[in-house]
Amino acid sequence: MNHFLRYLFFVLIVRPVILIILGINVRHPDRLLAGMPSIVVANHNSHLDTMVLMTLFPLQFLKKIRPVAASDYFLKNRCLAWFALKIIGIVPIKRRVSDKGEDVLAPCSEALAQGHILIFFPEGTRGEPERMASFKSGIARLAEKHPDIPVIPVFMHGLGKALPKGEWLPVPFFCDAAVGEALYRSGSRWEFMQQLDAAMKSLASEISAAPWE
Amino acid sequence: MKWQPPPPNVQYAVTVIIGVLVIATIAVIVLKKSHPDRNYRELDSRIRTWWLITALFAGVLVLSKGMALAFFAFISFLALKEYLSLIPTRRADRRVLFWAYLAIPVQYWWVYTEWYGMFIIFIPVYMFLYLPMRMVLKGQTDGFLRAAGTLHWGMMTTVFSLSHAAFLLVLPKEGNPAAGGAGLVLYLVCLTELNDVAQYVWGKSFGRHKVVPVVSPNKTWEGLIGGVATTTLLAVLTAPYLTPMNHRHALMAGIIIGLGGFMGDITVSALKRDLKIKDSSSMLPGHGGILDRVDSLTCTAPLFLHFVRYLYF
Repeated sequence: MNHFLRYLFFVLIVRPVILIILGINVRHPDRLLAGMPSIVVANHNSHLDTMVLMTLFPLQFLKKIRPVAASDYFLKNRCLAWFALKIIGIVPIKRRVSDKGEDVLAPCSEALAQGHILIFFPEGTRGEPERMASFKSGIARLAEKHPDIPVIPVFMHGLGKALPKGEWLPVPFFCDAAVGEALYRSGSRWEFMQQLDAAMKSLASEISAAPWE
Repeated sequence: MKWQPPPPNVQYAVTVIIGVLVIATIAVIVLKKSHPDRNYRELDSRIRTWWLITALFAGVLVLSKGMALAFFAFISFLALKEYLSLIPTRRADRRVLFWAYLAIPVQYWWVYTEWYGMFIIFIPVYMFLYLPMRMVLKGQTDGFLRAAGTLHWGMMTTVFSLSHAAFLLVLPKEGNPAAGGAGLVLYLVCLTELNDVAQYVWGKSFGRHKVVPVVSPNKTWEGLIGGVATTTLLAVLTAPYLTPMNHRHALMAGIIIGLGGFMGDITVSALKRDLKIKDSSSMLPGHGGILDRVDSLTCTAPLFLHFVRYLYF
């Protein structure tokens, strides 16, 4: 029943909005690995980001795709919590550690163990539209725990124009998503973050973004 | 409302178009067989996209007037969206752009209700005044003129001009009862697209002297003249079946569509040069974006509508 609702929501609302009202140009869609667990890492400008990343995968994998989201935001009231957990299928994590030694990323590891695909926004928040903030290093720690799981960087452009933080009215724009080659954690945390940053920068340079000021 | 079959000549015309596509498809298959070493992916996807466009376009034309107009409105929407995604825009104008999108269903509603007076002034007068006013009320003056100017140019090109092709559909049937408005739409759209192809083929085969090397280095005088001549010939030959025009007027219509198509094409080329991009998007495989496909039509549609309307309606 619940999966049926989730399926309906994605077929009737999310896909038409993302593919027809917005429209996305995807570069290198073949670099996404649909059949196996992976961590998709992307820049974050809009609530639509998650929907776009979920649309990049064929519908049959919907069950497996789990956006990692902040529990303080998405579980703040019962309605939103139901929607986030049951319909979107988020993996809720805490943005702040309450007691020392607590592993905030444990739910992510659990989902990966079940063969799920995680969607991860290392900026931690949507922030200023169409400006990429520096990545937090939680992703490096997650990758360290799962050195065999591919980390796939995706750079998106245009969604901060379509629906920036603090706005409720979406305005149609064609959006771009560029998928990068899979990365694996080896070496230090700092090295991994450098690699990821370089990958995002090179993906960003593949997209010709119209100025937006 | 009961479904009515399209006028007989429209049915014949659709059959002929499908026939041409079948021949083209077979030709590509034969080419691939005889030159297995060469790469025909571009040609392949181009033909496939033509099939899709033809199926959709013929389908809605046969179904009903409302469906056909909704289809044109959707094309306007895609074209405007592509345009607004390519040009620089201001954060402050987000809501204004939303109003610009809303103008599309309204404009096509005037077509549906056959209210010519409103159709012809809604965007050049009301939207022209309303959208800049919304921008001014936001209170950001930096880049105001550029924002207002580019938005209006986009509205005129992608909504106002393209809706002229749709208006042909609601012109009275009396002009040519065997074809009706749908006949005029087919006449315009097919000649415009064939003109693009003819100019390309003539240019590829005999092109020597460039027309506007800075804007579009592939456009040659040979291509232009050969294309316009081919289009004009076809315009005269098909006019008795699809339009109310006599031979003399059909000759003029052919020249208008041939030259107009060229102008629309190089105008969008200039826009892309200015924005430093090649294709407007990758939406239509083998063709580029929507703007690349409807570029000629943005110029031929208003010119042709006003030409036949002045003479016959």
